[in-house]
Formats: sequence, structure tokens, C-alpha cells
Amino acid sequence: MKCDGIPSGCAISGMMSEEGKRIDGSAIIRSIACMHDRSNGLGGGFAAYGIYPRRRDMYAFHMMYDNAQAKENTEEFFYKYFNIDKDEAIPTRKQKGVANPPILWRYFLEVPVNKLESRSERDYVSNAVMKINSDIEGSYVASSGKNMGAFKGVGYPEDIGEFYKLEEYSAYIWTSHGRFPTNTPGWWGGAHPFTLLDWSVVHNGEISSYGINKRYLEMFGYKLELRTDTEVIAYLFDLLVRSHKLPVEKAVQALAATFWKDIDRMEPQQKKIATALRQVYGSALLNGPFSIIIGHNRGVIGLNDRIKLRPMTAARKDDMLYMASEESAIREIAPDLDEVWSPRAGTPVFGTLRPEVE
Amino acid sequence: MESQLPAEFIVNVDHDRCRKCKRCVTNCSFSAIEFRDKVLPNHKQCVACHRCSTLCPESAITITENPLQFKDGYNWTPEIRKNIMKQAESGGIILTGMGNPKPYPIYWDHMLIDACQVTNPSIDPLREPMELRTYLGAKPDMLEFEGEGSNINLKTELSPQVKLDIPVVFAAMSYGAISLNAHKALAIAAKRMGTLMNTGEGGLHKDLAGYTDSIVVQVASGRFGVTSKYLNNSAMVEIKIGQGAKPGIGGHLPGEKVDEDISRTRMIPVGTDALSPAPHHDIYSIEDLSQLIYAIKETTDYKKPVSVKIAAVHNVAAIASGIVRAGADVVMIDGFRGGTGAAPMIIRDHVGIPIELALAAVDDRLREEGIRNRASILVGGSIRQSADVVKAIALGADACVIGTASLIAIGCRVCQKCYTGNCAWGIATQKSELVRRLNAEYAADRLCNLLTAWGHEIKEVLGSLGINSIESLRGSRERLRGVGLSQETLDILGIKHAGIGQ
Repeated sequence: MKCDGIPSGCAISGMMSEEGKRIDGSAIIRSIACMHDRSNGLGGGFAAYGIYPRRRDMYAFHMMYDNAQAKENTEEFFYKYFNIDKDEAIPTRKQKGVANPPILWRYFLEVPVNKLESRSERDYVSNAVMKINSDIEGSYVASSGKNMGAFKGVGYPEDIGEFYKLEEYSAYIWTSHGRFPTNTPGWWGGAHPFTLLDWSVVHNGEISSYGINKRYLEMFGYKLELRTDTEVIAYLFDLLVRSHKLPVEKAVQALAATFWKDIDRMEPQQKKIATALRQVYGSALLNGPFSIIIGHNRGVIGLNDRIKLRPMTAARKDDMLYMASEESAIREIAPDLDEVWSPRAGTPVFGTLRPEVE
Repeated sequence: MESQLPAEFIVNVDHDRCRKCKRCVTNCSFSAIEFRDKVLPNHKQCVACHRCSTLCPESAITITENPLQFKDGYNWTPEIRKNIMKQAESGGIILTGMGNPKPYPIYWDHMLIDACQVTNPSIDPLREPMELRTYLGAKPDMLEFEGEGSNINLKTELSPQVKLDIPVVFAAMSYGAISLNAHKALAIAAKRMGTLMNTGEGGLHKDLAGYTDSIVVQVASGRFGVTSKYLNNSAMVEIKIGQGAKPGIGGHLPGEKVDEDISRTRMIPVGTDALSPAPHHDIYSIEDLSQLIYAIKETTDYKKPVSVKIAAVHNVAAIASGIVRAGADVVMIDGFRGGTGAAPMIIRDHVGIPIELALAAVDDRLREEGIRNRASILVGGSIRQSADVVKAIALGADACVIGTASLIAIGCRVCQKCYTGNCAWGIATQKSELVRRLNAEYAADRLCNLLTAWGHEIKEVLGSLGINSIESLRGSRERLRGVGLSQETLDILGIKHAGIGQ
């Protein structure tokens, strides 16, 4: 099931209500469908936040299984390490253009306190994800965060969205992706978004620094089994923000590092921070063309590489933030916008849930 | 004893062209050319240093290998037979200079670099920023911040870092092994190019006082010239445990090279042999090394990174790990092809391991132990061209060290006679009439040109790799492929064979 490297072309689109209003999945499908020609039918996917309010405190595992044996082995693993509150098939419908899906199943899990030992709960869950992906043949974790989920597969994104009945979910953040892989057989696990815990990443581009990003993450115990460059983005955010507790904007500054020529002109305090970030997190620098939308429980981050080798447009309307590879994909669902702009290279766009929103 | 050794080279003088200016005669420091009515070569003395041939205004001199044919023998090569003859005549160890010239595999030449096509664009280094800046020194595992919003402060204090504008530094070569003018040239070029030169073990001459921010001062087993002022007047301090050309053995600067100036710099009497013991006599184990590292850090008030230089030997990965745990901020690994002013041929040609394999093993080991960030890795031992630098960095080095290449830039012809003190180019000699042949400013220009050229070349490769910063190449072995290497070698190097995709 695991497949070889996946350089990708792709389209991305994302939307968020900063007031936490929940929107159904039909708009995001229309937006990504607008960029149909940027994909080639070999992968599409969505991440949605706020979709499981009744089980918001549980880890929602979206699983992909090659066969019943993989399901059985994984469930054995879950029984051993988690309390399963509920498990069920992920609802799908027959959809033209989507063939041979794996077994798609979701679980709502709690971590038994007595199993934690000295680890944090999130370390425990992240270890479990690594273990399943690397050790259980034919089993792959599509997402593992709380009150969120990833829906992805092989096909055009709009077909994948229909297949998963996304119109039945409502979320305050939607991100989506259409793939144009250049040299790989279609593989469900290889579609975007890539996720770990709450983090999800949709990515247009190719990380040319993948080799060292991977080796760097491995030093901290991450297992990169999927051999795709997008995976490192999710894991780097997890490492920098969750483990190292960097403020998000500092993490972003490490990943799309400021050029030395600009650092040299900074005020002393900013210069010291920027220099230290590059000295310490040089191996985490994401180099190569990318535009990405990172989702997490409290918001979204849009980011371009340091010299903007991939397109991204952002826009706002009231409390809505939109980001997409093309402006047309935003206009498709929100023709009347307050503000539209092209984020500068390496400069993040933040969408943040209002503090009063739980 | 009359020598039976045949001449190694034949000096051919075109007497039709020669106008008897005698420039060759005065320039030959090996007494290989005399003048008796006409220019007459003494072939046996010629070392092929090219001084005569380069300076002859009429281009009348060529040097060829002695065509004297030995009876064919794959096993008993002429070189082996000549070495036996030498030892039968002298009863001594065969001395030599420069690096190992034997045809061992050169792994650099079996690695190829990736480039971008279509899916990730290559970057034009002439249009876009391309960053080579590198910092040497220990890095913490992570950074901690305090404060909120726009008032965020860095809580973590980093240990001292040395900035390099190009990830190539000059290798340790002592004043004594090379001339003061050569030292000055290296210091001037290092300062101008934003990189480092290294004093080697011979102390720091007072004339280099203005360059101390670009100088690594070495502490070797002889402790020549080591004072607290010496340690503090530096960018970095290096403890020399070993040298690639002669792992496990000490050094010997003959008394005849120890003139007034060297005596003062090394703090030993004029005319005495400067002997560096094989081990440091206060380091017999890793905890002793740790004591010396911290003694130096105390002396320098924790303001200088401390490097430990070792030769690449079989167990180099474990040794390097010990060195990092002992508190070193930089580990310098010198491969078996590294150069020397003088070494026994048996050691130079038969001891140690290739730097490519040593580097890969060390980088892997430090990563496995999760301590790769705790020290920078410098590698040397025959970095010949910018392509070697790129490959070394992709294997995991922070920066490369060049000795022989820097000397070639300022005139060295790699004739391997450094130990004689007769260097015709004023580099590996202390004879004032030879030293003054080397103009420090002019030599510095040549060094700067070399580094500038390499810098451009490295940027071209980064651009073709689609990255715009050297740290995205560092340790990115995915961007290398092997050709003609065994699976075991590929595994050690941590690279795939050419033809395998991602």
C-alpha cells in the first residue's frame, strides 16, 4: 500500500469562519472543483474542523485499511492502547470517478490515564499514529485529531467530496486539495491532507529540502513512512509548535526563514531571534516551491515559500478568511469580497478563531 | 653510500631557445640546475616543482618523467623497488609530504548530485538570493521563548557561534610547516572572505594580531605557543588529537627550521627540534579530553567554540560521539588523504579511512544518538573542488576544510617535498630567500579568487537543486546518488544507487 515519492502540482483551497460558524461541505467542493485542471484525478481530499461536536474531546481516528486483516490488527492495537467510545464505517456513496476505495472506518478514542506514564497525552497519541503507519501492514491513519477529520482518496477532489457525502458535515474550517502527481500510482493514503493530531496540511508544491527535513524529524522519533514531502510539513508543525512550544509565528519563521540579507537589517532583538531560529532550525527550513494551508483546532495558516514559487491568493469577507491557489476558486463561492490580496513570499496569513469561541 | 636510485624526472633544456639568463639556476632550490657555459640539469635532484619551467622567459624548459624502463612487474612496481633501494641505502623511515597519492577509491567521484526538472523549479542564483552563510558551534535541541504577542523574547542563550560566509575554511597548517608569508596570505584571505584560517600547532605570529577574528588557534600535543592570550585571541580554539595524513603519530619540526621568529612564536629555543608527542600527555582517555575542553572554555570565558580534530580511523563514529559528549562544539574529521608537511610514507599511505565514509558514519551516529545538533562537523582530507564541498555537505558536513587546495592556489605543485624545507614557491620553507618569493597580498588574492569561484559554483548547484540556502542541502543525502558502488558502500554513505527515484 505504501508507495513511492510523490512530486505534485496541485490545487489548494481553504476557508474559515473566525466566529466559529459551521458551514457545510458543499461550498469547499465547488471551490476546489473550479480548479479541476490543476489536478489529474489521482488524488483529492479535505480536512474539516468542528465536525464532531458531540465527541469533541475524543481523538477521532479516520482509518484506511487495505483489507480485513489490517482492520483486525489495528483494532487489536486500539483495544490495547485506547478506550474506544464508538467505531463505525465512514459514510460514503457510490460515486463515478472513485474506484476501489480501501475499508474506511472511524474510531472515537480516549487515552486511558494509567497508560500515559510520564508522556503527555498528545505524545502518546502521536506515537500510536507512527506505530500504526509503520508497523501494521495495510493500515493507514488518515487523521487523528479531536473534533476534526480528513476525507481523502484517489479521484478528482470534487468526486471525493461527493463520495464522502461532505454536504452532511459542517465545519468552521475546511481545507481541500486536488492532486497532480507526476509519477505515482494512485494511492489513497498518498492523497492530501496529511495530518497528525490536530494538524492538517494541504500542499501545492514540492519540498526540495525533503531529504534533510526527514532526517531532522527522525532525530526526534518521527517515522516518515509515506515518503511524501507533505508529511514533513505536518510533522514539523507538530514538533515546533506542540513539542518545542514555539509561538506559531516563530515556527512559521523557522519553516520559511527570513533571508540573511533581511535579518542583517533588523533591530537587535528581532535580529537575535531570527538568527537563532535559523541557527537552531536550519534543518527544518522548508525549501522549494510551496503554497500550503495548515489547519489546526484554533485556526488556519497559509504560507508560501521564501520566493513564492507557487501561487496563493487570500481574501476576506466579514469573518470569513479564504485562501486558494487561484482567485477564481474563492470568487466561485464568495463573489463579493471585502479584501483580496496575494500574500508575499514567506509571509504567513493567519486565520484565528475569536477568543470567545470555544 | 653512493645512491643507485635513478632520477625520477628528466629536465629537458632547449638550448636553441635558452638565452642563458640563468633565471632557472637561481630559482631552482633543489640544486637540479647548474650553469657551466650553458644550463645543465642535474636530473637526480629534480622534484618536478615546475619553478624553472614556469619562470623561464623563453619557455625552454620541460620536465618529463624518467622514461627509464623497469622490467615489467605488477607486483614489484618500480616505486616499491625504488623504496627498497632508498631504505637499503639509508636504513631509515621513508619521509614524504602532502597527502596520500595511492589509487584508493575516491568516493566523491562515485556520487552524483540531483537537479530539478519541471515539478520543482530550479532557481537562478544570479536573480534570486542564494545563501551560503553557516554558523559553527553547538546548537540547543530547541529554542524557548518568553512573553506574548509583539513582546516575545528569546529565553534560550546560544553557546558561541562562529559565522562563515562560505562553508569552506582553511586547514590547520602551522607556522613552521609553512612560511609566515603563507600564513599571512591565509589570514588575509580568511578575513576578506568571511571564513577562517587555522594556525596549526605552531602558535600565532605577532604579525597576525589584526586577524584574530578569522583565526582558529590550535592546541596540539606539543602545546607550542599556547598561552591564555593566544587562546583568547581567536575565533575558535581547536584541540588537535590527530591528523588524517598521520593518525596516531606526533610531529617533528627539525631544529634547522626553528629560527628566531619561529622560536619566539612557538616558545622554544632557537635551533631545537619541535617535537609533538603522539598523544597529548595529559589525555589518555575521553574524560581527560573533556577536562582539556573545559579548561579551554574556562580560560576563554565560554566565549569561543572549542573544536576537536581527529583523524578518520576505523572507529571514528564512536570516537566522534564521545567527543561531542565530552563537550566539543565542533568535531573536525580529517580523512586519510589529508596533507602534511612531513610524515612517514608508511603511515600516510596505509593508515586511516576515506573521509566520505567517515563523515557518513559520524553524521549517522550523532543523529541516531540525537546529538547531531550539539556539534558542527567540519571535514577535510582532500577536498579538491567545489563539487566535493557540495557532496560533503549533502552527506552531513557543516563545512569543509581545505589545505592542499589552498596551497595549490598560491603556487604549490604538490611535489611532496615539503619536509625538505626547500620549497621553491616559498610555501613550505623557512629559508628567507625562498619565503620572500611568496607575496602574501598576491597569494591572498589568489585564495580569495578560489573561494569566490567555489562560492559561485556551490550557488549554481544549490540553484539547480531548487534550494536557496545551504542548510537545505546539509545532510540531505536524498539529493545524492551513487554510481559503481557496492550495496555495502551505499548503505554506509546512506545514499541510493543512480537509477532509483525517490
